[in-house]
Amino acid sequence: MPDSVTTEPSHAAAKPQAKIINDFVVKFANVNGSGSASANGLFAKSILRMGVPIAARNIFPSNIQGLPTWYEVRVSEAGWLGRRGGVDLMVAMNPQTWAEDVRAIEPGQYLFYDSTKPLPPSRFRDDINIVGVPLTDIANRTYSDPRQRQLFKNIMYVGALAQLLNIPIPVVERLLQEEFASKPKLIDANLKAFRLGFDYAEHQVPPIALRLEPSDKVGDRIFAEGNSAAALGAVYGGATVCAWYPITPSTSLAEAFMEHTKKLRTDPVTKKSRVAIVQGEDEIASIGIVIGAGWNGARAFTCTSGPGISLMQEFIGLSYFAEIPAVIFDVQRGGPSTGMPTRTQQSDILLAAYASHGDTKHPILFPCDPTECFEMGAQAFDLSDRLQTTIFVLLDLDIGMNEWLCEPFKWDPKKKLDRGKVMSAADLEAGRDFGRYLDVDGDGIPFRTYPGTHPSKGAYFTRGTSRDRYARYSEEGSVYIDNMERLLRKFDTAKSLVPAPIKTEAKRRTPYGVIYFGSTTPAMHEALAALEAQDRHVDAMRIRAFPFSDEVFQFIRDHEQVFVVEQNRDGQLRTLLVNEGGIHPSRLTAVLHYDGTPITARFITAEISMQMRAIETMPNTAEKAK
Amino acid sequence: MTYLAKPKFRHPELEENARGFTRRDYEGKVSTLCAGCGHDSISAAIIQAVFELDLEPHRIAKMSGIGCSSKTPDYFLGASHGFNSVHGRMPSVLTGANLANRDLIYMGVSGDGDSASIGLGQFAHSIRRGVNMVYIVENNGVYGLTKGQFSATSDKGSKSKRGVVNNDAPIDMVSLALQLGATYVGRSFSGDKTQLVPLIKGAIMHHGAAFIDCVSPCVAFNNHEGSTKSYDYVRAHNEAVNKLDVILGRAPIMLEQAPGSLQLVTQHDGSTLRLRKIHEDYDSADRLGAMAYLQSRAAEGEIVTGLLYVDPEAHDLHDYLNTTDTPLNQLGDAELTPSPDALDAINAGLR
Repeated sequence: MPDSVTTEPSHAAAKPQAKIINDFVVKFANVNGSGSASANGLFAKSILRMGVPIAARNIFPSNIQGLPTWYEVRVSEAGWLGRRGGVDLMVAMNPQTWAEDVRAIEPGQYLFYDSTKPLPPSRFRDDINIVGVPLTDIANRTYSDPRQRQLFKNIMYVGALAQLLNIPIPVVERLLQEEFASKPKLIDANLKAFRLGFDYAEHQVPPIALRLEPSDKVGDRIFAEGNSAAALGAVYGGATVCAWYPITPSTSLAEAFMEHTKKLRTDPVTKKSRVAIVQGEDEIASIGIVIGAGWNGARAFTCTSGPGISLMQEFIGLSYFAEIPAVIFDVQRGGPSTGMPTRTQQSDILLAAYASHGDTKHPILFPCDPTECFEMGAQAFDLSDRLQTTIFVLLDLDIGMNEWLCEPFKWDPKKKLDRGKVMSAADLEAGRDFGRYLDVDGDGIPFRTYPGTHPSKGAYFTRGTSRDRYARYSEEGSVYIDNMERLLRKFDTAKSLVPAPIKTEAKRRTPYGVIYFGSTTPAMHEALAALEAQDRHVDAMRIRAFPFSDEVFQFIRDHEQVFVVEQNRDGQLRTLLVNEGGIHPSRLTAVLHYDGTPITARFITAEISMQMRAIETMPNTAEKAK
Repeated sequence: MTYLAKPKFRHPELEENARGFTRRDYEGKVSTLCAGCGHDSISAAIIQAVFELDLEPHRIAKMSGIGCSSKTPDYFLGASHGFNSVHGRMPSVLTGANLANRDLIYMGVSGDGDSASIGLGQFAHSIRRGVNMVYIVENNGVYGLTKGQFSATSDKGSKSKRGVVNNDAPIDMVSLALQLGATYVGRSFSGDKTQLVPLIKGAIMHHGAAFIDCVSPCVAFNNHEGSTKSYDYVRAHNEAVNKLDVILGRAPIMLEQAPGSLQLVTQHDGSTLRLRKIHEDYDSADRLGAMAYLQSRAAEGEIVTGLLYVDPEAHDLHDYLNTTDTPLNQLGDAELTPSPDALDAINAGLR
């Protein structure tokens, strides 16, 4: 009889259960900096290689070493990639967070822990199953080096989990071979540690109800990190200048850009760089460099988070009024102020839309996953050159710093980069009328010239001050208004250029609609299915950009009650819709989640169904239903 | 009379440079600064310098911040693009423009108000990076455009026009530039065209971060008794360490009467800086020596002028970044957008 559970009381919940296949949540609780990240990643990728979709999320502290970190892997045959909420298998490797980790386990599910040291029954729960493996003991008997003991302990628990959950050894072997291709000795070392855990579980631990079976639901999807995808988009989008300042969670975007360009933008003959990347002394210098480069005809971007945008506002206003291209990636995190640097949020919407003093408006792109980070990351540069202004790409920590299962990156080889309206030396020489702020065709976008183009034509002075259509300084009221109105026309033109919203119609006609965007997307899809199962039908619209197209306001007009789901306290997207569309606030109901963790389907489902019940039980329901 | 456009005709015998341009071709609009402003002399010196160097006017980009001095790019090089950006932030915009196109010449014009307080950080870091530029601070010790507040370069004990005394220690931007690694450092006086024009020429030809601090008296707010940046004060306390000629590669070398006092410096681009030493103990190749000399002279109330330091082997930011010779803003789609195969490989690596 297996001996691994002698220190814990036996539980009624230890009775064999029906198998739960390809549909559960595993959460790893580790100490930051203990080498657990690669072990946990190995676990996650193994499941993907079995053809089973997963969603994996890091929850990490503002620290480098020593503090708690969690890695949550949701396994979902059905392909639901949002956070579900709740934990079925807690791998509790951090004594510091033991109590809260044990509390997080769903009743009837599993606690996995290092059983080397005995623990009193009070540290456990009656209503969960305990799986103990004496990892430290095995590690100490096998290795003498302390670092090896720590690192291989992680691989050992992956081995144990693989056995319990039915991950085939060849799948893990293949991953280790790929990862350590340049260091073959490590393959064997890791396999050995893996097998130690695997064998112990096989012989000493009773089976559990959670199980993985090979499937075919992954397809050709990739497992990519949002920041890295955005950086790759910048490469394909033709960015040649990047100026940035480190801030969580955008730093890895700049670092990924450095990595990508090393491989993809080095001249094969001269070995010189077709890109310039500068770490600015602060965010203000970074956006200044971007604007100087954009003014001079190079596609340039910076990446930052909320606090950086606050600093950059003056320059953003300059970009708006002097009409200079720039791309800003804002990987949003918990605000306000220093806020929660390692938690996710969608709370820079109004900041981005209206950045800087005076009357300003800026286009925003809202990618929902790494695939869109790539597409929109690239598209942002065409848009900024075409519209001659700052384009914001608003992602968040959830997308930026996690790996998501998503569609592979695609690029049309016939695509040409759109540089927008630039007057050439030949145009100028031919005597074409050039006014830097002259609207030639009604779309609100003038022509510009690059410095150094023509010996005697086309030069002008760029300033943040008011000026006429030929860039001549002017404080005359009518001239100023003419310019400001043209900027509104330009913003209107942007509506037809930015990504269109995506509508999902419910199975039945319904007076209810829901609007959402960005990282809310996977949880939203799951919630819509759950609501449908409750016979609650809701049409959905995913907003992908600002300015909002007429389609968005039509959607609101077509429904009696529209929910706006977002991850901030003040319902910022809702405010923007009300403001930009002249919508009566009562038509939009905010559904808000902003505790810093990614929104879950359970939350959205509960909130919307509660709101719907409230609406249905209000007086004059018959009137409302008309 | 700034409402009058400058007449376009020119004297038939106006001298042409080697490119066929006259001095008029390098001018800009009529200045709106106060009559007698030092900055206008500096603008004239810039025009003269560029004319003498036979440069194409449109191949220069004029960058500035906000302030009286930052307005001046409108008054020279009318055929060049200019960018009057935001207060204290000209260096970052210049850096970005430079990164986009390494082939243009970048003149950053700023003032002590723009560069020594809000702009101090960007001034410092643009020099640290070695951005290939001519950074001119038109230094009058005040915020002229906002009517006369002290700037950070105002000397301790100097009096404002209203009699207020400055008690803060002054920032010496030349000493800072030397400390930060600038590879061409000079100081001059707007009233000394003989010294200033070659100083600017040498800076333009220099391949690296060139900094010139030019004392430029403000006739409206800082030209009175008690000011240490007035015309009178500067003339009385000016100590020039050398006189500079810039000889372009193709021009004949001129003979010098006192060879022992001559320092010849050949720059990357082939231009030669000929420094006639006025002070035998001053060596413009010695950065540490220059720093010490400046400090000791400043203690005596002397404003040291001339070409204070030059490193002819200097590198610039593009060298350090190892960017392509082709300016980044001229790279085409083929050089920027990777192949579809590259994307397939990336996708494969993510499965």
